[in-house]
Amino acid sequence: MRDIKIQVNDLSLYYGEKKALKEISMQIPANKVTALIGPSGCGKSTFLRCINRMNDLIPSVKITGEMLVEGVDIYDKNVDVVNIRKKIGMVFQKSNPFPKSIYENVAYGPRINGLKDKTQLDEIVETSLRQAAIWDEFKDRLDDSALGLSGGQQQRLCIARTLAVSPDIILMDEPASALDPISTSKIEELVHQLKENYTIIIVTHNMQQAARTSDHTAFFYMGELIEMGKTNAIFTKPEKKQTEDYITGRFG
Amino acid sequence: MNSPLPKEPTFTKESLKKQFRLSEFLAEKVISSVAFLSIAIIFLIFIFVFKESLPLFSAAEKVQVQTETQTITGATVETYGSETSTESEPETYGEPAESLEPETYGTPTEELNPVAEESSEPETYGTVTEDLNPDSASEEVVAVDEKVTQNNEGEDRTWSTFFTTEWVPVSDNPRFGLIALLIGTLKVTLIAMLIAGPLAILAAVYTSCFASNRRKEIIKPIIEMLAAFPSVVIGFFAMMVLATFFQDIFGYDSRLNAFIGGVAMALAAIPIIYTISEDALSAVPKTYTEASLALGASKAQTAFSVILPAATPGIFAALLLGVGRVFGETMIALMATGNAALLSANPFESVRTFAATIGSEMAETVFGETHYSVLFFIGSLLFIFSFILNAVAEFYVKGKLIKKFQGK
Repeated sequence: MRDIKIQVNDLSLYYGEKKALKEISMQIPANKVTALIGPSGCGKSTFLRCINRMNDLIPSVKITGEMLVEGVDIYDKNVDVVNIRKKIGMVFQKSNPFPKSIYENVAYGPRINGLKDKTQLDEIVETSLRQAAIWDEFKDRLDDSALGLSGGQQQRLCIARTLAVSPDIILMDEPASALDPISTSKIEELVHQLKENYTIIIVTHNMQQAARTSDHTAFFYMGELIEMGKTNAIFTKPEKKQTEDYITGRFG
Repeated sequence: MNSPLPKEPTFTKESLKKQFRLSEFLAEKVISSVAFLSIAIIFLIFIFVFKESLPLFSAAEKVQVQTETQTITGATVETYGSETSTESEPETYGEPAESLEPETYGTPTEELNPVAEESSEPETYGTVTEDLNPDSASEEVVAVDEKVTQNNEGEDRTWSTFFTTEWVPVSDNPRFGLIALLIGTLKVTLIAMLIAGPLAILAAVYTSCFASNRRKEIIKPIIEMLAAFPSVVIGFFAMMVLATFFQDIFGYDSRLNAFIGGVAMALAAIPIIYTISEDALSAVPKTYTEASLALGASKAQTAFSVILPAATPGIFAALLLGVGRVFGETMIALMATGNAALLSANPFESVRTFAATIGSEMAETVFGETHYSVLFFIGSLLFIFSFILNAVAEFYVKGKLIKKFQGK
């Protein structure tokens, strides 16, 4: 694995007394899609939220170990969490557009970064929506409320909103779990296109989705990283018994 | 199948026949009648209040009978002095609070009074000591009553005086200028909302978006406790403490004025606005916060550009309730605003509000007399104003705000 984007060393996370992540060490390659799989409650979403420090919002969380993004430990005391999140965007399981217009949703990120120029904003909105492959659907109704869109459209709008701040890394927490197959396939297609420019980490419950979209797969179980490798390898000949059991549907 | 119900053929016309359930029927009727009753009561109150002011509208016939009794044509117009212009009024109302000897207000400033043109001979109202200071006013207003009975004249002119600026209800030539009262009420409301709105909303934003859970649990009940403060206590506090404190700072003349009244009413309105805004802000889904933070927004940016706009309807409702509270607040107005019906834009000038006028004069007026009717008319006005305010806010402003902040 050349070109390592994220290097994780012995990362542990505690919810109060409970150890939710146990000494995770892994390497996530740049400009690839990495899928995190595992049964519910195994810590994959928690791990994902560690990457852009969303767990900071929960007061009882304690984290030890290192999370090096391009060599910088993002849990270092001198690192500003706001700047991290600008570079590491996130798409959530449940689509969560703001109760604003479509345009304002996408323009929100650039705006809070201080961009006021209308033409530049227009440009960013258009490119982001194009990248998310929804420009043609939305271009005539940019002033409509985002809440009136369908679930799939909302989720792609959220992706566009994330792209608008031009992050390096995009985290996706089961982005298609609440969507119908057609919307899901659109999102997967989108993920495939986006990996040229972004490093994508995607949490999924759907084995086929992991197999279809990802280049690398990491299998989590009970807060531990059991196995990580090329998706092909994981799905065809996993090294660990647990991985094989999970993938073949014997548990989980 | 050991169901306790008797086994019957399930889908027959008999078993599926419509049944009459008495308890359910009664419960439904009781609930709906309670709901309608509350609406009906509101309207009944309004009708009652309005009915008492009806003599004003049918005054024309009565006047013909009464015109002989008095034909004073405004030759002797006394002024209470309160309507006079302010710059030339050197005395402060606050100082003589304790002195009960009769004072003559306004005589030296008669010429400066723009609305007193018809008065050729200013008359000092020597015997009646209508002190503008509420401390002593309550003791002295009683004296005014003697004059009241002869004042049935002038009902034909009641309407025309509504749109003047003088509120002189008890005199040989009573004038019921509502403009000064209206402006006074609006002035106090505006001042109170300008203070209470931002403070309460910012406090709500702090507790719902920034404060830790522990702090929130301490701060919220404390602010809400302020709502349980009797308004008479707030009024007392404003009268005794705030008035002196702000006079030391701003150095204005009248110790009790619109500003002090506004500050005191803000104290009454803050807990209402705060509680409802806080609930509205806390009800904004956490996913919005997460989405905003994940885009690299700071806490403050999230609070002010996502959470606050998302809570617009709730905050708007909170402000409306606050306005309603201030608009109808009587005791604080009575105690802290100075109760002088002055027409001026200066916030440090004494004012008299609608509610305080009713509160202070209703007990002193004669049943069925013009003054009495006018007070009830003011009551109806209060009702109508708050009704219009709410209607406009609900159907027009709210929609616009939501459109502006949420793009619907």
